[in-house]
Amino acid sequence: MRAADLLVARRSGYNFAFLDEHSKREVRRALLKAVAIPGHQVPFAPRELPIALGWGTGGLQITLSLIGPRDVLKVIDQGSDDSVNAVNLRRLITRTTGVRTTTDTRRATIIQTRHRVPEESLRADQVLVFQVPYPEPLRRVEPSDVQTRRMHAEQDYSRLWVYLYEDIVRWGDVTIPHRYPVRVHGRYVMDPSPIPRWDVPKLHRSPTLGLFGAGREKRVYAIPPHTRVEPLEFDDHPFRVEDFGGERCRRCGSGRSFLSAIYDRATGRRYYVCSDTDYCERRIAGGAAQRAAAP
Amino acid sequence: MGYVAAKGGTQAIEQAEQLVQYYRLRGGSEPIQIRQIQDQFRLAVDKVMGEGSLYSPFHAALALKQAEGDTIEAVLLLRAFRSTCPRTRVSVVAGTSEMHVHRRISAAFQDVPGGQILGPTVDYTQRLLNFSLCEEDGDHVRRFVAQYLADLPAGELGEPPSFPKVVDILKREGLLAASNGAGAAPEEPPYDITRAPLVFPAPRSARLQALARGETGGVLALAYSSMRGYGDIHPTVGELRVGTVPLRIPHPAGGPAVFIGRVLVTEAEVVAFFDGTSGPGAPMFTLGYGLCFGHNELKAIAMAVLDRTMNAAVPKAPAENEEFVLSHIDPIESSGFAAHWKLPHYVTFQADIDRLRSAQRHAQPRDGIRRAGG
Repeated sequence: MRAADLLVARRSGYNFAFLDEHSKREVRRALLKAVAIPGHQVPFAPRELPIALGWGTGGLQITLSLIGPRDVLKVIDQGSDDSVNAVNLRRLITRTTGVRTTTDTRRATIIQTRHRVPEESLRADQVLVFQVPYPEPLRRVEPSDVQTRRMHAEQDYSRLWVYLYEDIVRWGDVTIPHRYPVRVHGRYVMDPSPIPRWDVPKLHRSPTLGLFGAGREKRVYAIPPHTRVEPLEFDDHPFRVEDFGGERCRRCGSGRSFLSAIYDRATGRRYYVCSDTDYCERRIAGGAAQRAAAP
Repeated sequence: MGYVAAKGGTQAIEQAEQLVQYYRLRGGSEPIQIRQIQDQFRLAVDKVMGEGSLYSPFHAALALKQAEGDTIEAVLLLRAFRSTCPRTRVSVVAGTSEMHVHRRISAAFQDVPGGQILGPTVDYTQRLLNFSLCEEDGDHVRRFVAQYLADLPAGELGEPPSFPKVVDILKREGLLAASNGAGAAPEEPPYDITRAPLVFPAPRSARLQALARGETGGVLALAYSSMRGYGDIHPTVGELRVGTVPLRIPHPAGGPAVFIGRVLVTEAEVVAFFDGTSGPGAPMFTLGYGLCFGHNELKAIAMAVLDRTMNAAVPKAPAENEEFVLSHIDPIESSGFAAHWKLPHYVTFQADIDRLRSAQRHAQPRDGIRRAGG
């Protein structure tokens, strides 16, 4: 027996997916409302989980509330299945549900993510669950929740527009690097979670249901399938995604994916790899298969 | 299981978990017993029970042991455990005038009905490190306890007394507003922020619950900011009590409420100077109320001060703004989010760099002019 087995006694005393059924139903009820009002933040009463708040408990409660025994789960952090917090969240979910897990974006029925939308196009039979630190897109212009709720109700987004305008005047472009505010279905302005701008266009008219959970801030919201999701932009200053200056992934050679900079341990030189590890692996495997098939 | 997703991350986590155990145990001393923590780390246990909002000294002590004495981590453990406990009954409203008082002081009057009872406190001791504790052993402990009990005058260890409340005197004399104006009337079922989201403006019961679960240090810091001058309600401790309060639940068959036990609580009633917020009519003092599990006097006093500061009609200081106060005092919200910055932020940082480079390109021409001019 390994010491690790001594540490972790199997906890069989917990309900399927940890939360009791009433709590799960409560979350699902909030989600139904969120789907009915795209982009609108619905308050809910998060339960305390054996994971620290701020570490994905909002997304986790959505996943735990939706997951069934036949689901296939994928959890990513920064696009990677192997990131330690993704591993930890996946361990909690599988420990309390026994569901199958996968790294293959195409095989997953529920994908819980932090900071990325997979490069692979998602389908209608999949659900993408986002972990959200700041659900309020107006927070950068207004700290009070009472005020931001009123502003949303009155569709008063003028201060955010002024913020963007002043940014352009001062810096030549909007400086919001991630959490780029989007307008959902022409109505609510929404925080798409800290995904890079690169991922924002993927949300537009996506066939996949997007669910957003902010545990610490006690809000859920949703983008139903095929919903318009438009970044806030001016006609003469269109929204722009990240520019990697022609760099390509060092591993798979992709020039069409979001890249992470890595500094070589030995030489200190900077190079780039895909942030979406599954996408990268598949391209490498595909390339190898092609080479093997070639005469 | 068809697919195993994890590779290196799982191993790293397991190794880290074992290393934590090793660090806790590598000294080779006798493992500390839960009972010892319950008995001898009484105040830490009380703090964890209060902030963990679960009254169970055993579970709080276990959490403290597991967390190696880190109270915030212990609170997280206890809160997560609490999530798994079904709520089968809700008690009837407990009256603190029924408290069996261990300690009770009033800073408002020299003498009060029932008298001042100092009880167990280090307030008036000199805080010198007591090196004789290094020598303490089971023998000392038994001898001290036996001697202490033998020296007590007869009858002293009987039922602790219950007293009328000091603030009731002020109310009777028309000096104190009858109730803290804001929020729910007492007959409404109290709001429960663990079952319904805390939204603003919050009913007073939600405020008090959030404060009672608040992190002692956080509650204290915000209350202190008001006392120091970012707003000032000029508080006087009308009464501070520590003692056990009986809890009862409604009889399932409709009979009289059933006694189920006692909980140790600390209660503070802070009288605030009059400033026109007591409502129409003659000016009156107003009350701030604090109550928390266990023996935690700073928490109760700070809570009472914040309960009162948040009544400001027009908030001028952070401690007077209920959104500011209630959004920032929860131990596991604040600690969890502060700790989450340790998580990888490769993607967002990459996006940050992209925006910085863009702004640098924009700034370059102007920079050139400045350099040419300087």
